[in-house]
Amino acid sequence: MTTKADVKKLYSKGKKKKFFIIFSFFLALIVTAVVSLSFGAASPRLGEALTVIFSKIFPFLNLGPVSSLTETIIWTIRLPRIVMALIAGAGLAAAGATMQGILRNPLASSYILGISSAAGFGAALAIVFGVSIATIGGFLIIGNAFVFCLLAMVVVYLIARMSGMSSESIILAGVAVGFLFSALLSLIQYIAPERNAVSAIVFWLMGGLYTTSWQNILICFPIVAVTMILMMSQAWNINVLSMGEDVAVSLGVNSKRVLSINMILETVATASIISFTGIIGFVDLIAPHIARMLVGTDYRYLIPCSALLGAFMLLGADTVGRLIMMPIEIPVGIITSLLGVPFFIYLLIRKRRRDFG
Amino acid sequence: MKLTINNLSFSYAGIPILKDIALNVELGELVSIVGPNGSGKSTLLKCVNRILKTGPNSILLDGKDASKFSTKELSKLMGYVPQTSISAFPFTVYDVVMMGRKPYVHWSVGEQDNEIVVQMMDLLGISHLAMRQFSALSGGEQQKVIIARALAQQPQILLLDEPTSSLDIKHQLDILCILKSLAKSKGHAVIVTLHDLNLASRFSDRLFMLKRGRVYATGTPEEVLTAQNIEEVYEIKTDVSHSITGKPVVTPIVEDINLLDPKMSALFEEKMGMQQ
Repeated sequence: MTTKADVKKLYSKGKKKKFFIIFSFFLALIVTAVVSLSFGAASPRLGEALTVIFSKIFPFLNLGPVSSLTETIIWTIRLPRIVMALIAGAGLAAAGATMQGILRNPLASSYILGISSAAGFGAALAIVFGVSIATIGGFLIIGNAFVFCLLAMVVVYLIARMSGMSSESIILAGVAVGFLFSALLSLIQYIAPERNAVSAIVFWLMGGLYTTSWQNILICFPIVAVTMILMMSQAWNINVLSMGEDVAVSLGVNSKRVLSINMILETVATASIISFTGIIGFVDLIAPHIARMLVGTDYRYLIPCSALLGAFMLLGADTVGRLIMMPIEIPVGIITSLLGVPFFIYLLIRKRRRDFG
Repeated sequence: MKLTINNLSFSYAGIPILKDIALNVELGELVSIVGPNGSGKSTLLKCVNRILKTGPNSILLDGKDASKFSTKELSKLMGYVPQTSISAFPFTVYDVVMMGRKPYVHWSVGEQDNEIVVQMMDLLGISHLAMRQFSALSGGEQQKVIIARALAQQPQILLLDEPTSSLDIKHQLDILCILKSLAKSKGHAVIVTLHDLNLASRFSDRLFMLKRGRVYATGTPEEVLTAQNIEEVYEIKTDVSHSITGKPVVTPIVEDINLLDPKMSALFEEKMGMQQ
């Protein structure tokens, strides 16, 4: 016979376990970041790397001399890249987790709204037709990718609203809009006058973190941080919505409003990341699934756990991509997919077995 | 709290589902809504809970217009148990029951919330399932979890959409006994839609019989479950007798298909042939 006290004890034990898992990932993340910082084509010692960082953050400390080459490698190239990997991984994974929740679909992520094709199209448009504006070239592409993501979201939102604003209508509208932009993207690649432009598009689409600068981070970090905090504030709503829209309403949640708010949050977070990095797949899809296996579906724990796991995976993949064929780098988008696909298939098979076995 | 349904009509995509429904339910009552498939039972429950929105003054709670209440305020007054509950992702039973506290919590769960969740699981006899996955439970267990969730909302009115439709006879009785005691000893107003007329007869204080979106009959089981009413509404012949419980028992009278009769047999084969 299970008494009330037993149940409470079990529940608080489960809660402690979740905190422990989340804290462990946090520690793993710090270790990975430090390791990633001290390995690369030109490899300063770990001590030197840390000296650079601490003397940059606390200039008054006077920690001793470091060569300017080391300083450039660590501070201008490697650290921003690591920071961006953390931001991008966390943001994509958190957006993926919440999107799966509101759409009640384990295969969903913010990409299901068609925003990856839209970003690609926006970027391609800028690359092909704006390539001559060399001075602001970088931001032209980023800006265009971001704007087209938002445009895709607005179109999806309007279609979904006209067809009842349910999770099904959002998914179908997203798929349709995604196909549209992917056709337009192909069209641009087909008619592009220069071969260089086409390879630039392909390169952008692959996704990578090598071009990250502190300036990028200054724009990206606040957006991702704010949207993630707002996603966290939606945790209960998403929990309830996972049980169906009628149930959500009966529990006092305006399901249509929650769907709309989350669509906007997830799109803005994802768009602000992929505009800088190009399309990085699978972190958004897989990190939430692993996190769910570890801490369950309660979004109060799932969002932070997914974010930490996403950051860990993306940083890991980027580090592997940097080191595996030195000095040639493999774009992180390729590594995440190469590592992600087999794992994802494994999950699918396992889930089937559990559901029907 | 008194629930009054007044002049309630509802159409879906231009097709009228409910027409001029007028009913009332008091606290402490178990009321069943019966009627054939498509007569509007589930729609009526959803309208009462304002999952489906109807015009002003169609639902009154203690004389106050329910459309003036916020979704959150309503969720503290009414709990809803859908016909089937799906969860796309793994939630523990504890988490599912805790969702019933949604109208009261902002972010973190308080001691009182935990206390209520544990209490409701105890009341429904599902404490031993607390840490199990909801989706791995049997239909009857799931139904109890969802009822516990609805009770965690601390509602006065409990709405259940065919809570027994997928359950075996033991679990059917189990669920209805629980509902009956919620009405009698806890003073909830319990409104259930039911297909099984004998269960409705056995457990309900009053019945509402719907026919094509209108209230055809209301009253005690004896008043509503007459052979004549059932024939009018369900288009079947029945024999209504009284069981040892003193409640009416409905036995459908079906003319057996006698395949030895050549005329019947030909008709039967013709029908089966058409289906292939």
